Formats: sequence, structure tokens, C-alpha cells
Amino acid sequence: MDAIVNKRIKQVLNGNQDAYTEIVDLYQARLYQVCYRMLGNKHEAEDITQEAFLRAFINLHSFDQKRKFSTWIFRIATNLCIDRIRKKKPDYHLDAQVPGTDGLDMYSQVAASGALPVEQLEKMEMQERVQYEISRLPDKYRSVIVLKYMEELPLQEISEILDLPLGTVKTRIHRGREALRKQMSQLPMTEVGGKR
Amino acid sequence: MMGACHEKYIELMHAYLDGDIQPDEEKELKAHLKSCEACQAHMHELSDVVAFMKSAQPVTPPPDLTSNIMATLPKRNVSAGTQNWFRRYPIVSAAAVFLVFMSAMFFGNFSNDQQFAFTKADNILVEGDTVIIPEGEVVEGDFVVRNGDIRVEGTIEGNLTVINGRIINEDEIETSSLMASTAVVTGEIEEIDRVFEWLWFKMKSGYQGVENWITGSDDSSN
Repeated sequence: MDAIVNKRIKQVLNGNQDAYTEIVDLYQARLYQVCYRMLGNKHEAEDITQEAFLRAFINLHSFDQKRKFSTWIFRIATNLCIDRIRKKKPDYHLDAQVPGTDGLDMYSQVAASGALPVEQLEKMEMQERVQYEISRLPDKYRSVIVLKYMEELPLQEISEILDLPLGTVKTRIHRGREALRKQMSQLPMTEVGGKR
Repeated sequence: MMGACHEKYIELMHAYLDGDIQPDEEKELKAHLKSCEACQAHMHELSDVVAFMKSAQPVTPPPDLTSNIMATLPKRNVSAGTQNWFRRYPIVSAAAVFLVFMSAMFFGNFSNDQQFAFTKADNILVEGDTVIIPEGEVVEGDFVVRNGDIRVEGTIEGNLTVINGRIINEDEIETSSLMASTAVVTGEIEEIDRVFEWLWFKMKSGYQGVENWITGSDDSSN
């Protein structure tokens, strides 16, 4: 696949903008997924995905074709996500309404107490709960956890994407798992009984 | 809840979950988990976290995401290849840019000079596009006419240069001679009406300018 991508990149560099469509098609779903998991918001995920592809397009001449294009574009996207998260702190992008509350969104809940009460967790769908727990992670753990468990990327690739030494990536994954464990001990999914 | 002695095993748990554990370490961890309930619970919780994270279903991007992305790209059309070319051959590019500017300067000069112009002097007449040096009048120094004609009936004490024009009574002028005609040009007479000659003239006068500057002289005619 890298050979095809590099061929398309050369075509784009030679002025054939349409060749970029194929590159976008190949990676847009994965990139959107990472952005969505990082930001927890569909509009922002789309926004950042677009921005990442735009930046990649503009800087395509500086891309080293001996490397993997996916690593490069993931790096652009994760950096943009982290910037967005830091700019918006302490907004956790949880603008979805919490089930069973009257117009309360997760933001107001999280901002007020740092965590939702158990009764509300119980009402959550499984997928909602996943996103909720990810969004509670500090951003340095969030990016490694998303890349490891949502994208299932090898640790070596995560270290290249985030430009961190492999040891740091491992440490962050360990701490991220511990953070999730603590977060979830409030109401482990096993006790919810697999409501989906 | 975890004592310091358990920290080593927690490290091993994470190594195990990352598939990053040595066989002998794995044996050690399993043996410990059998005997330690607290660590067993911890291991269970971590495994649940992993299973929970892996249960996340892929989110579907909006169907028009690709076309939206393509619409945000700047339209580069032809210039993309050119930009690329510039990046690959910076020295050639610099030389090309230099040439473009130089020729722009030159042609700019040339076309800016399309207006009728001549050296300022008090005692001359102008009829339309023709400069007349009247009989008996003496112009001191070099005389230049641009985009116009000249009729010399008097005297020019220096070189006469006509660019893009004619010397109307050239036949009557007797260079450096006071005989036969009243018209006198003491220096050289030059008619320039083509681009290359114009260029040559520019270069020559530029050279003379340098020469004058070196010798400290103002007058190039002598």
C-alpha cells in the first residue's frame, strides 16, 4: 500500500491534485476515528480531520517518502487534537446530553464534580460510556490509549506518531490503564450487566 | 491498597498486557497471582479495562468527508509543478528570477523612454516632434534627442545622439568643420533606432560613466 501512496504523492507533487483524493479516501476514516476519540465531538472531529489533510497537502513536499504516510498524517492530526484540547480546557467537549437529565450535558456535570453520579453512569449505553471514560483521561494518556486501543497500533508506531521515546509510550499506556481502572472502579462495566 | 512489594507485579501486569513480558517473568507473575488476592483483583480490573476499551465500535465518518476535505484544498492547478520545480532547482530558479527582473528593467526603461525628450537648453526651438537648434545658436555639451527628430542649424559643442528619430539635415552638417554650412556638431553624431543599438548605447554609456568616475572626469567627449 505504501508504494501506491508514494506514487500518488508524486503525482500530487507534480500538480495532479486529484491524485490526493485517493490518499484521503485511504486514511480519512481512521483519522476521523482518532480525532473523534480524542475530542469526543463529531463536528470538531470533522474539523480537525479536514485541517490535518489540508496541512498534509500543503506540506507534502516536506514528507519523507521513506517513512510511512499514515504515521505522518496521524502525527499531524494528534498534534492538532492536543492543541485543540489544551485551548479549550476545561471544556471537555462533552456536549452530548446526558440521558435522563433535563438538558444537562456532560460538560456541566464534569465541570461541577469531575465525575458523573453512579445513577447517570448506569443509564449510559456501553459506547457512550467508552467515550465518557476516554474523555476523562488527561490528554497525554488519552492519545496513547486511543492509538493503542482504538487504532490498535504497535507501540513503536505510537512512539513515532507522538515523537516520544518507546519507554515513555509504555509508561503512559501503563498509567493510562491505571487511570481508567480507577475511573471505572466507581461503576465497573461488569456490574452494569452488559447493557448495550 | 497495594504495598511496595506489589508494584513490581503491577509493572509485570502491564508488560503482560502489552505482550512485552519475558517467559520467566510471566511465570513469576502467574505464581504470584495465585497466592495474592489483591494482585489478582488488580489484574482482573486491568483486563476489564482492556476488554472495555476494545469493545469500542468504530465511529463512521460523515459520508461526504472526502469531498469536503478536497474542497478545502487550495487550487494550485499549473503552479504546483512549477513550485516543485523551483524547490528542486533553487540556483537555476534564482538565475531565472534575476534575468526576469533585469529584462523587466531594461524593457521597462525602453518603453518608459517612448516619450519625446531632449537635453535641456535655453536657446533651442521645438516644432512638434522636432528639435531645432537655430542658426547662430551654440549648445554647450552633449545633446540627446529621444523619440523625435532634430534639425541642426547652429552649433553643438559636443556629441549629438538621436534615439528613435532622425537628423533631418544631416547632409548639411559638416563635422568639426566650419565651412559650407552653418550647422556644426563638434563631437560624434549617433543615430539609434533599434532595441539592440539602444542596449549597446546603454552599456556604452554605463561603461563610460564608470570610466569617468575612475578618471574623475565629467566629460566623456574628449
